[in-house]
Amino acid sequence: MSIKDVLSPFLAWKKVFKDPVTVKDPFNDRPGAPRYRGFHKNELDKCIGCGACEEICQNAAIDMVPVEGIETKDGDSGLRPMVDYGRCCWCALCVDVCSTNSLTLSNEYTWIDSDPDVFRFIPGYDKKEWDNNELGWTKPKNYDLNNYDRVDMAELHPEERDKSFIEFVKGYSKEQAEAEADRCIDCGLCTATCPAHMAIPEYIKAIRNDDMEEGLRIMYETNPLPEICGRICTHRCETVCAIGHKGEPLSIRWLKRYIADQVPESKYKEVLERGLEITPKSKKVAIIGSGPSGLSAAYYLSRMGYAIKIFEALPAAGGMMRYGIPEYRLPYDQIDKDINYILSCGVEIEYNVRIGKDITIEQLEQDYDAVFSGTGLHLGRSTRIPGSEHENVYFATDLLREISLGNEIRVDKKVVVIGGGNVAMDITRSLARLQNKKYGKVDVTATSLETEDIMPADREEVVEAREEKCIIDPGWGPKEIVIENGKVTGLNVVKCLSVFDEEGRFSPKFDEAQKKFFPADMVVESIGQGMDLSYLESIKDKLEFSDRGRIVVNEKYQSSLPWLFVGGDIIKGPDVINGIANGHTAAKGIDEYLSSK
Amino acid sequence: MFNIKEDRSKFPTMKDDGTLDFDLDSQKYVKIWQGPNHPGVTGNMALELTVSGDEVIKSKTHVGYLYRAFEKLMERRKFIQCFPICIRMCVPEPDINEYLLAASVEELGGIEVPEMAEWLRTLVLEMARVTILLRGVPGQGGTMSLGMGVQWGVYIRDLMLDRFEELTGGRVYHMYIAPGGVRGLLPSGFKERMEEVLKKIDEFVVDIDNLMFSNAVFKKRTKGVGVIEKDWIDKYSVVGPNARAAGIMRDVRKDYPYLKYDKLDFEPHTEKDSDIYARSRVRWHDLQASVDLIRQIMAKMPEKGEIRAKTPNVLHWKIPKGETYKRIESSRGEYGFYMVTDGTEYPRRINLRGPSYNSAMVLLEKILVNANISDVSSLMVSLATCPPEIER
Repeated sequence: MSIKDVLSPFLAWKKVFKDPVTVKDPFNDRPGAPRYRGFHKNELDKCIGCGACEEICQNAAIDMVPVEGIETKDGDSGLRPMVDYGRCCWCALCVDVCSTNSLTLSNEYTWIDSDPDVFRFIPGYDKKEWDNNELGWTKPKNYDLNNYDRVDMAELHPEERDKSFIEFVKGYSKEQAEAEADRCIDCGLCTATCPAHMAIPEYIKAIRNDDMEEGLRIMYETNPLPEICGRICTHRCETVCAIGHKGEPLSIRWLKRYIADQVPESKYKEVLERGLEITPKSKKVAIIGSGPSGLSAAYYLSRMGYAIKIFEALPAAGGMMRYGIPEYRLPYDQIDKDINYILSCGVEIEYNVRIGKDITIEQLEQDYDAVFSGTGLHLGRSTRIPGSEHENVYFATDLLREISLGNEIRVDKKVVVIGGGNVAMDITRSLARLQNKKYGKVDVTATSLETEDIMPADREEVVEAREEKCIIDPGWGPKEIVIENGKVTGLNVVKCLSVFDEEGRFSPKFDEAQKKFFPADMVVESIGQGMDLSYLESIKDKLEFSDRGRIVVNEKYQSSLPWLFVGGDIIKGPDVINGIANGHTAAKGIDEYLSSK
Repeated sequence: MFNIKEDRSKFPTMKDDGTLDFDLDSQKYVKIWQGPNHPGVTGNMALELTVSGDEVIKSKTHVGYLYRAFEKLMERRKFIQCFPICIRMCVPEPDINEYLLAASVEELGGIEVPEMAEWLRTLVLEMARVTILLRGVPGQGGTMSLGMGVQWGVYIRDLMLDRFEELTGGRVYHMYIAPGGVRGLLPSGFKERMEEVLKKIDEFVVDIDNLMFSNAVFKKRTKGVGVIEKDWIDKYSVVGPNARAAGIMRDVRKDYPYLKYDKLDFEPHTEKDSDIYARSRVRWHDLQASVDLIRQIMAKMPEKGEIRAKTPNVLHWKIPKGETYKRIESSRGEYGFYMVTDGTEYPRRINLRGPSYNSAMVLLEKILVNANISDVSSLMVSLATCPPEIER
C-alpha cells in the first residue's frame, strides 16, 4: 500500500469535464444498423405462402393465414405469414429460409401501443411505417439455407441413344435421390397443384428416410401408375415448386421413379396389401379403355371391392401410354410392371374388344351396374392445307401406335414434322432413331406455329431432340405440302407472327412475305389429337355435350346418363396424371352412385 | 495502516471434517438470504447465509429461480432451431453458445467450415469476451460501491454493441455463428470503427488501473480475501481466470486450440495470490489481451471468402449417431457442450458444462466461510458466477 494508492483514484476527476454520453435526445432518431434485425416486412406479391418461415420458427411465432385479396392458385397457397411479437425472438431464420426472398426485416425497432393484440400482425398486409424502410436484415450475399442446385440426372450420351429405343434416362442412385430429396422444404404447393394431389412431400420424406416401401404405399394412395408417371408425367408439381423461384425445382418426377424402381414387382403385393381388408361387393363395373384413367378407376374400384372388367380395343393395356409414348421415354416393361399389379388385384381385362363394334354400349349397360369410359384421344388432326391428303402425309399418333405394335413404318430420308407439342417431339425423335438405323443419318425437321419460347413441348424434349441431331425450327405456319409428280417434295411455310389473339383465342397471324421451304419426302402432322366417340352413337341423344363437343360431366365425372362415367383425355388433359386423377375421382363417384342405388 | 487484528474467539470452531461447529438455537446465529433478487447477485440465485454478527459462518447456494429448460427444449427442436435458444444459456456472452452448438453439429454432421467463417467466428468470440469484461472488470469495484468504473465500462460496452449490431444485426443476442458458417461478412468501414472503440478501451484500461487496482480501499477489501487454495484447482475443476489467478495456466485457447487461435500471438496472464484482487487483475489483463487479439484478427483475416459451407437442408438435417464434447475458453474459463445425436433430426442430448456451476455450488460456499457479510457480493462477482449458465 503506498501513497499512490490513495491518490491515483482521484485521477477520475479528469473526466468531470467530459461530455456526458447518456443524455436522452428526443429529437434525433437513432436508426438501427443497416443489417439490424428489426420488424418484419413481406412483399405480398412475391410471397407464395410456402410456409418455410413457419416451419423453421422455433418459437412458433409464425402462423400462415388466409389474406383478403390473395387468391389460392397453382404455386401460391394463398396464405401469408402472421407474426406474433409475443413469441418472436428476431433470429431472422425465417428470412434466411424464405424461398422467394419476399420476407425481410426492417431496421425499425420501436413500436409502442396500448393494445396488445396489434403485435400479432401480417407483415405487408397490415400497413406499417417501416414497410418502406430500405435498411434491415436481408439474406446475406452467398448465404442461403436452401439448396437451389438440382442433382443432375445421368443420361445416355446422344450418340449412344439416337440409334436405339432403349431408355436414355438412367435414374438416380441412392445418394443422388437422397441429396435431391433433401432439397424439399415440405411446402406442399406441389400437392395442391398435382391433378391427383399426390402426397409429394411425404414420399420425398420416405426417400430421405430410405423407406421405399412407405414411399410406394404413399404413392399408391393417389396414383396406381408410379413407374409410368415417374418417367413421363408432365410434372406440373415441378413448375410450382417453391425452390424453383430462385433455383432449379426439385425433380419430383425422377424421385417418384426412384421409389418405384427400388421396389421389385414381386414385393408389390406384400408391401401394398399388408393389413388390407377388402369386403367384396356384389356390383360390377365395366371400364372402356385401359389408359391411365381406366386403370386408375379400375384399381381404386377393385380396392373398394367391386368386380371390374376392362375392355381394351388393342392387344395390350396402357392406351396412349403404350401406343403414344416412345419406348425410349417409357419402356414397355415398366408399363407392364404397373399394369400387372393392377391386374393382380382382381381386375379382369379383355383385349382386342372394341365397344360399339364387338359389344354394344347398351350391352354393357345391361350387364354391368356402372360403366366408366376413358377412351382417350387416338385420332390425328389434319392441318387441312393443300397436299395434306397425300398418302405420304401421316398423323403422328398413327405412326407412334404402329411403332409400339412392332409394325414397320415408312421412313424416308427427309422428314418434316408439323407441330410443337410433346407428341411432335416424340415422333420427331422416334423417326430420327429409325432414320439412323436405316440410313445412318438423321434428317428430321420439326416446325410449329409457336415460337420457341411458347412451344407447348417440354423444354428438355426440345433440347434432347436437338442433341439427337433433329432440327427444331419453330415459328412458321404451314401453307402447302408441295407435291411434284405425285411425290411429296417438301413443305412451304410462312412466318407466324402470333398464335393467339388478345383474348387468348387461337387465331394465328402470318407475315406472308417471309417464306421458307422445308424439303421432305414425308410429312407428319402432329397438331393435336381428336377423340373417337362413335361407340356412343346409339346413346348420343341421351348424352349432354358442351359447345366444344365434349361430354358434359359433373365433378365426379358422371355424365347425364347416371350409369355412365367418363374420364381421361376426352374430358380433361391431355396427360397421364389428369387421367389418373379423374379415374380416381370417378371411382369414388361410381362407389357413391352404386351405394345409393 | 488498515491492518486490524480481529478477535475470532466468539465464532464457531471448525471441526476436523472441515464443517463448522455451531448450534442455530443458541441465538448467537442468524439466517439471512442474499437473493434471489439482489443487486449484488448477477442473475437470480440465492445464498442462504448463516451469520454471526457480520461474519458469514455458513453459506448454501440455492438455484432454481430462472430455470428455463433450454437443454430440454433443444431436444424438441431441430438443430437449426436450437441456434436461437442456446444463446440464452449465457446472456452476457451468448456467442460462445452459438459457436459450441455450431461446432458440435458440424463435427458430428461432417461439415467443414470455410476459412473466412472461421476468422469471423474468432473475431466475434473475442468481441464477446471484451463486451463481458468491460462490465465484469469494473463490476468488481461495483460490488464495493465503486460504481464509476462500471459506468465507464458500460458506455464503451455499448460502443462494442454498436459494432455487434452492424456486423450481426443484433446488440445482445447476436445469432451470428450458425451451424455451417456465419451470417455475414464485415460491413465496409467496420475495421476503422472498431479501431476507434479499441482505442477507447485502451484508455479505459488505464483509467481502471488508476481507479481500482491502485486504490487503497479496493486493495484492502480484495487482497487476501476469498483465496482459492491451489490444491482446489484440480479438486473442484477450477478453470480459466480463476485458475490462472492461482498461478495455474488454464486456457482452452492455448491448451486445445480451436478456430484460428493457433495463428494468433497471445499469452494468458497468471497471478499468484488467488484472491479477489488477483482474479480481478487476471480479467483486466484478459481484456487487454482480447483487444490485442481483435487487432491481430482484423489484420490477418482475408478480405473476402465463403461464409457458409454447404449443409444438408436445415429443415430436416439428420445428424448421424454420435457424441462429442466441444470446448471453448469463455471469459470465465472452459465452457463446453456435450452433444449426443441419435441419427434423427433432433439432438438426443445437449449438456452444458459451464464454470459457473462449480463456482457457485462449491467454491462460493467454501470461500464464503468466515467472510464478512459485506464481502459476499464481491466474492461472488470475483468468481464471475453466471446463474443462467448453472440452470439451463
